[in-house]
Amino acid sequence: MRCAFADSLLQGYFDGELSDRRATEFERHLRHCVQCSTELVDLDLLRDRLQLTQLYEPATASLRRKINARLHAIAPTTPASQPRLWHWLAVAAALLLVAILLGRVGHGLRGDDYQAELAGEIVDAHARSLQLGLITGIASNDERVVKEWLDGRAGFAVPVRDFANGGFALKGGRVDVIEGRAVAVLVYERNRRPINVFIWRTREPDTSARTGSRQGYQWVDWRRGKMEFCAVSDANPVDLEQLHQLIDSSA
Amino acid sequence: MSELGLEDRERFEQLVLPHVDAAFNLARWLLRGRTDAEDVAQEALFRACRFFRGFHGGDARAWLLQIVRNTCYTWLEKNRPVELSMEFDEELHLQTCATPETLAIASDDRKRLTLALETLPPRFREVLVLRELEGCSYKEIAAITSIPIGTVMSSLSRARRQLYSALANSSQGACP
Repeated sequence: MRCAFADSLLQGYFDGELSDRRATEFERHLRHCVQCSTELVDLDLLRDRLQLTQLYEPATASLRRKINARLHAIAPTTPASQPRLWHWLAVAAALLLVAILLGRVGHGLRGDDYQAELAGEIVDAHARSLQLGLITGIASNDERVVKEWLDGRAGFAVPVRDFANGGFALKGGRVDVIEGRAVAVLVYERNRRPINVFIWRTREPDTSARTGSRQGYQWVDWRRGKMEFCAVSDANPVDLEQLHQLIDSSA
Repeated sequence: MSELGLEDRERFEQLVLPHVDAAFNLARWLLRGRTDAEDVAQEALFRACRFFRGFHGGDARAWLLQIVRNTCYTWLEKNRPVELSMEFDEELHLQTCATPETLAIASDDRKRLTLALETLPPRFREVLVLRELEGCSYKEIAAITSIPIGTVMSSLSRARRQLYSALANSSQGACP
């Protein structure tokens, strides 16, 4: 098995993207991790080859010509642009009005703003996981195996339960990054549709479920026992609520 | 580009035109070909021109590359939708390099790397191209591709491993 740092810290170290403190920490890890040290050598070799082979392809002369031709072809201002200016001003005024109205509504909802924004980011992560085909970091329906894999990477005790009997089969788990922190994700399947449950630690008190939808995905978010849960799917909202009940009653 | 006034046109030439190479290179790798890349890069630059009034300073290269990327994806969706649903396949390069034709083509590093890079799904390919060929920081890559930095790192890691094993396999002369 590969070292857990190989997909994150190792890349960051190699690309000079770690802070001094984290780089020093990682160097300490490198001293006794053979896998990471070997992979670092491979990365160096690969970069050398990439540079030697000069894969970069600069713009063709004809592309430059076309752009310059277009840029200089038409006189910057023509009388015909006058009515268009008024047209655009009218559009701008309408947009401004909408922005102001939205701003007011947004202001009134400020308490839920953060939650909705966070859920938005989670929905994005869910959609991306589907696009990238990165649904699971570990594929298993064994609670113990998934838990062991997740606990080490997420840095806390993740409650992992399989609800295959209730119609929600555990498929595995992965770690995602939301707002810069590692978040555990449990992957369930319901009627062949994946449901992602994002879990992270919180200091906030318990809350009941809040729901919403975004880009065609439903989300349900709740807090319980110093943990926040957010379930996302394109499945029926009733299914998500059912999964919420199952998770809560098993806690 | 009647959209730009004289002053804006000068600003456009100063800020955006220096990145035409970057625009073409990204399009070339996303579309896997020069002819399509030229058309799409041109369209992206015309769009950049139209949107230029909305650009209020900042990283002009990242701003342009974001437009190039979106234009490429729109083009792919329309012309080659299958490529967008391509999944990351650890075995893919092995199958590819196992055929005698591709072995013959992959006669040197450049061809092997080109082949391996073009075999990656677009979302992995773009991250690698932006980092290794364009020298973008993780933050810039995240801005251009709208994916979080954690995913940038893990995509880079997988793409790099794939490329490295393609090199290692073919330098042994045959595929396992």
